[in-house]
Amino acid sequence: MAVMEEKIATAVRTAYENRKPLDICGAGTKSFLGRRVGETEKLDVTAHKGIVEYDPAELVLVARAGTPLLEIEKLLHDHGQMLGFEPPFASAGATLGGAVAAGLAGPRRFFAGAVRDFLLGATFVNGRGEVVNVGGKVMKNVAGFDLFRPMARSMGTLGVLLQVALRLLPLPEAEKTLLHEETDETAALRKMNQWPCQTQTISAACWDGNAIRIRLSGSTAGIRHAASLIGGELLDHTRYWQELNNLELAFFNDQGRLWRVCLAPMSTPPGLDGRQLLDWGGAQRWLKSDQAAAEIRSCAAALGGFAECYGDEPATATFHPLDGKLLAVNRRFKAALDPAGILNPGRMYPEL
Amino acid sequence: MSRDTVNKDPLLARLQAALPANCIVADPVSMKPYECDGLSGYRQMPRVVVLPETVEQVQAIMKICQLSGTPIVPRGAGTSLSGGAMPHKDGVVLSLARLNRILDIDADNRTARVQSGVRNLQITDAVQDLGLYYAPDPSSQIACTIGGNVAENAGGVHCLKYGLTVHNILQLTMVDLDGELITLGGTAPDMPGYDLLALLMGSEGMLGIVVEVIVRLLPKPQVAKVLMASFDDIEKAGNAVANVIAAGVTPGGFEMMDNAAIGAVEAFVKAGYPTDAAAVLLCELDGMEDDVVAQIGKVEKLLSDSGATSIHLARDEQARARFWSGRKNAFPAMGRISPDYYCMDGTIPRKELGRVLTSIYQMSKKYGLGVANVFHAGDGNLHPLIAYDANQHDEFVRAEAFGAEILDLCVAVGGTITGEHGVGVEKIERMCVQFDDASLAQFRSVREAFDPDGLLNPDKAVPTLARCAEFNRMHVHHGELPHPELERF
Repeated sequence: MAVMEEKIATAVRTAYENRKPLDICGAGTKSFLGRRVGETEKLDVTAHKGIVEYDPAELVLVARAGTPLLEIEKLLHDHGQMLGFEPPFASAGATLGGAVAAGLAGPRRFFAGAVRDFLLGATFVNGRGEVVNVGGKVMKNVAGFDLFRPMARSMGTLGVLLQVALRLLPLPEAEKTLLHEETDETAALRKMNQWPCQTQTISAACWDGNAIRIRLSGSTAGIRHAASLIGGELLDHTRYWQELNNLELAFFNDQGRLWRVCLAPMSTPPGLDGRQLLDWGGAQRWLKSDQAAAEIRSCAAALGGFAECYGDEPATATFHPLDGKLLAVNRRFKAALDPAGILNPGRMYPEL
Repeated sequence: MSRDTVNKDPLLARLQAALPANCIVADPVSMKPYECDGLSGYRQMPRVVVLPETVEQVQAIMKICQLSGTPIVPRGAGTSLSGGAMPHKDGVVLSLARLNRILDIDADNRTARVQSGVRNLQITDAVQDLGLYYAPDPSSQIACTIGGNVAENAGGVHCLKYGLTVHNILQLTMVDLDGELITLGGTAPDMPGYDLLALLMGSEGMLGIVVEVIVRLLPKPQVAKVLMASFDDIEKAGNAVANVIAAGVTPGGFEMMDNAAIGAVEAFVKAGYPTDAAAVLLCELDGMEDDVVAQIGKVEKLLSDSGATSIHLARDEQARARFWSGRKNAFPAMGRISPDYYCMDGTIPRKELGRVLTSIYQMSKKYGLGVANVFHAGDGNLHPLIAYDANQHDEFVRAEAFGAEILDLCVAVGGTITGEHGVGVEKIERMCVQFDDASLAQFRSVREAFDPDGLLNPDKAVPTLARCAEFNRMHVHHGELPHPELERF
């Protein structure tokens, strides 16, 4: 695999010398995210795969970026463990590197943490074709700048990930879904955000306009106790959460453009046109709407949040625009890692 | 520098024009408390100390320093254990201690917006009536500031379950070298742009001056119970820690003390630890009552199967407080039995705990210095306390060499030279052991992106390549230094 690593580094070095932009590709399950990269050469990293280190007792996994998530999830499951951020699109072939670079996380994110919260370290090729090693594989580590957590959600624009180290979670003893009827948005938000004060077993909370679904993860006794506190019908409903995570629920096929609106969970309802599905206790709102993009974005921004468009129209920018000062510091950071601007240029923003 | 030359200093004149007189400390006697932080072996008098009371004053100071090319060393409460707040001889010490207001508490979203000079424990004190608390709890939490916690990505006992500073800060506002305010992160998840919030965590004041943060608050767990387990063998105790975590239990805190630490603590506070034990583990389980009860049974069995010679459950709050009092007083207890101690901070994979502790005892014999271990076992974060006498120069030199050898071993077993104390001036050479040239060069270019002139906390945390080349010539891996009698900075 040292050969593969050298091959990738050489490809980036050559691109750096020739100032030729690269389009870094994993399995392509998230190609709908972000802007189209202009004239580029493809750099396929899926061949750089395999588990490098996994000692279940440490709850730490080190794996190469091209490793399919399915392979990782199966291995972890066999040892009673899991990836705490529930990355989507595993069944479609998504790779570990792509999952980190896109930084998407499933329903558990609001309760267990984002992709970045589970990262312990990374090895990547920077825009000069140099192999950089940051972080490590232990829980606490403050040596050197944290350049590994910012890899999450950077869409491959800061470095070509070679391998990452992740903290894992033990699989819960049991998991159940509670269906709790509620039609009022404000009441639903209040409940989803107050229940976690009474129990640590909640691992997902979403509201579809008719009912709140709460996923309970923990000991059988703990789940029973939490269910009696919250009230509602106890179901085995693992598929629902998978379909929500993979954007496969009927809601996602509705008319209208798909937006992801993120806010502090207990924000005033933002007054958007269209149908909404609230996940992460209300912190992540899926919106189906044909309202003007600028209006949606300004509604979200007014509440301290943002809106991303998951459209199939290349003309629509996915990511929420950055204000001038923030954009400037993002540009300087990008230039420190990729001075020639050859790594997925423009995938996030035209300027990055 | 005499008072006369200070008074003629054009920098001082500019600062005096921009700040009220009570915000400037320039006479050597008053500046004395600022000459070092918690790592008192490293001292340096600054040119001037400023204590701004408003964010606007911080902005003005930054502009003055940038224009005059003056180094800036930010400082919170000065509790750093790695010399991160040690002054620069030509520079300004920028104390954030007076930015100490809690600005807003949002009970619904469980967040608090506070200025960077607010003390860690002050946040929990302000929100506990709401049933909330701020989770990261470094042992200096009575004194240390949240801004300092950001600079070091501080941890503590509870970060095993509830995360480090990086996991508990949602937003920060910093002043850059141009004196401009920049806000990173936000109360919504996954804010747009790069995760520069994470980059700032543990950046040791080299990327900007943090003036305000929004912290995440957690609901207080319903119940917390603590188990104390004794072992007659240090390796068995280390393996017990690994076994409990491997079984899928995440304790709220999981601490270990070795025989030397137990002896020091018992002589000081009488926490009820068995003084003949090779090691004691404290394992706290928190959450809902039903869950905690079930977990206690599971953990008791795991500890017993791992060879614990005795296991005690604190039956009530009073007993729980007594068990913890020993751990919490371990540092002052060491202070009573040794004139000075040098607190190290490395992290290793849990499975290496037993082996590394055994090696540390062998090193203790080799260097002729006592050592006590009291640390966050659950996340493999070691804190060997090396006993020495600062009045004996030779002992200080040996203590440093002993500490360095421990850190080299941490790296060799797959760990790191610092878990939560930072690199500062103390461990800057150890960076050359942990990182290769390409990675160090990358750190430097990131630093330059924020601070092209190298004014923010210079000569700390990230070594130059020249310094590493020099160090690597001197450094014999896992062995003696060529000239241990020489002081090397």
